[in-house]
Amino acid sequence: MRVNINVNGQNVTADDVWAGESLLYVLRERLGLPGSKNACEQGECGSCTVYLDDVTVCSCMVAAGQAEGRSVRTVEGLAQGAGKGGDRPLNSVQQAFLDAGAVQCGFCTPGLLVQTDDLLDRTVGAGLPAPTDPEIREALAGNLCRCTGYEKILDAVRLAADRLADTDNAGSNA
Amino acid sequence: MRFLSPSTLQEALEAKAEHPGAVPITGGTDVMVELNFDKRRPDLLLDLTRVAELGRWEADGEGRTRLGAAVPYSRIIAELPALAPGLAKASRTVASPQIRNRGTVGGNLGGASPAGDALPPLLATDALVELASVRGTRTVRARDYFLSFRTTARRDDELITAVVLPAPAGPQHFAKIGTRNAMVIAVTSFALALDTRGRTVGTGIGSAGPTPLRAEAAEDFLAGEIDWDSPAPLPEAAVRRFGELVAAAARPIDDQRGSAAYRRHALSVMARRTLTWSITDYRKEAACA
Repeated sequence: MRVNINVNGQNVTADDVWAGESLLYVLRERLGLPGSKNACEQGECGSCTVYLDDVTVCSCMVAAGQAEGRSVRTVEGLAQGAGKGGDRPLNSVQQAFLDAGAVQCGFCTPGLLVQTDDLLDRTVGAGLPAPTDPEIREALAGNLCRCTGYEKILDAVRLAADRLADTDNAGSNA
Repeated sequence: MRFLSPSTLQEALEAKAEHPGAVPITGGTDVMVELNFDKRRPDLLLDLTRVAELGRWEADGEGRTRLGAAVPYSRIIAELPALAPGLAKASRTVASPQIRNRGTVGGNLGGASPAGDALPPLLATDALVELASVRGTRTVRARDYFLSFRTTARRDDELITAVVLPAPAGPQHFAKIGTRNAMVIAVTSFALALDTRGRTVGTGIGSAGPTPLRAEAAEDFLAGEIDWDSPAPLPEAAVRRFGELVAAAARPIDDQRGSAAYRRHALSVMARRTLTWSITDYRKEAACA
C-alpha cells in the first residue's frame, strides 16, 4: 500500500508498504531517515522515539498505515534553520548532549534527544520551571542506554534546560 | 495481510462482522510486537485510531465516566484523576511515557493479559465493558468479562468500544511490584476501591492468576471491619487478615518474573498498604465533610 506522511515538515510518500510494517521501518528503509534506531522492536528501549502529531511514541509500535496523513518529526528534524543535514545548526538539546559528553556509542542518542526535546518543550518551553531530577528520570524511563551513560545524560538534560531557560528569559526581557 | 482504517464506528463494526479474525489495533503496543516478531499474521489489521468516538471520554451527568476504548493512558493520567482515580493511578505505572502516549484500556481488555495494569482497577470499581457489533451494543461487568487465560466474554464480531466507570465514592488505590519503577510488566499488582456510600469494598488482583481476579472474601471481610459511620484506623490484626485473604484469593504460578510464593507475599503487603492509604484518605474526607 501507499502511505503519505508529513515527515520533518515535508510531505513524503512511501510505496509498496506492507500492511504490518512499522513506521520505524518506513522511516529507515523507505524514506532514507536512519536516525531513528531499530533495537528492540518491542517498545522497551526507546531508540526509535519520534514525534507523531506532537506526541512522542516508539515508531516501532506504530503501524505504517496509522501514520497516513499524520505529521512525524524524527531526530533528523530537530536541527533547525537553513542548510542540509549536518550543516544545520544543532538545537539546544543536541548541543547540550555534545557539550556534556552524553554520547558514547550513540545508539540510544536519537531517541533520548527526541524524548528530552519533548520534556523540555513541555516544561521550560512552556514557561514552567526546569524539570527536577525525578521528573527527568521519569520522562526518560523508556529510553535505555546500554553503555549506562546515564549520569552524563542527566547532565546534558540539565544543561539544555538551563540554556533554554536563559534564552527564554533573555527573550522575555528584550 | 490487509490494512483497513475506517473513519466511523459503523464501518469498523461492519469490517469486524465481515472479518471476525481481523485484529484491531490502536496503540499497537501489543499487536506490533507480535507482528515485528512474526508471532502473528492476521488477514486484516483493523486500525481504530481514526474512529473519533473511541478516542473520547465523557461524563454522563450522574458521575459515571464513559471512557472510549482508544483513549491513551497519558490522557487518562492528565484528564481523569478525579473521575477515575484508581485507573489513573494504575495508568501512571504503565511502561514509559512513549508507551503511555499510545497504549489504551481497550487494548488491555482486548489482549486480556492477567498482567494488564488497567485491569485490576476495573474489577475493583465494578466498571462495565461496552462491546459493540453490527448486532447492537451490550455491556458486561468487568468482573464477568474475563473467562479464562486470555479468553473473554467478547464475541468474534465485537469490538471493545468503551469502559463505563462508576462515580468514585471513596478512596481508590493501586500498587504494583516490579523490578524497577518503570518499563516493567507487573510481577503482581493490586487495586482497592472503597464505596463509602454503598458501604462495599472492591478489589482487583493483577498478574497472579490466569485472569485478573477479585478477592471476594477479603472484600466482604473488610466491608464488615470498616466503621462506615466514623472511619477509624483498623486494628493491626484486621489489616493483616485482609492481606491474608487477598493473598489467598490469588492463583499464581512460578514463572520468570517471580515465584507463586513471592507473589502471594507481595499481594498481602500491597493489600495492607493500599488499605492503610485508603483508610487515611477516608478519615481525611470524613473530617472535611
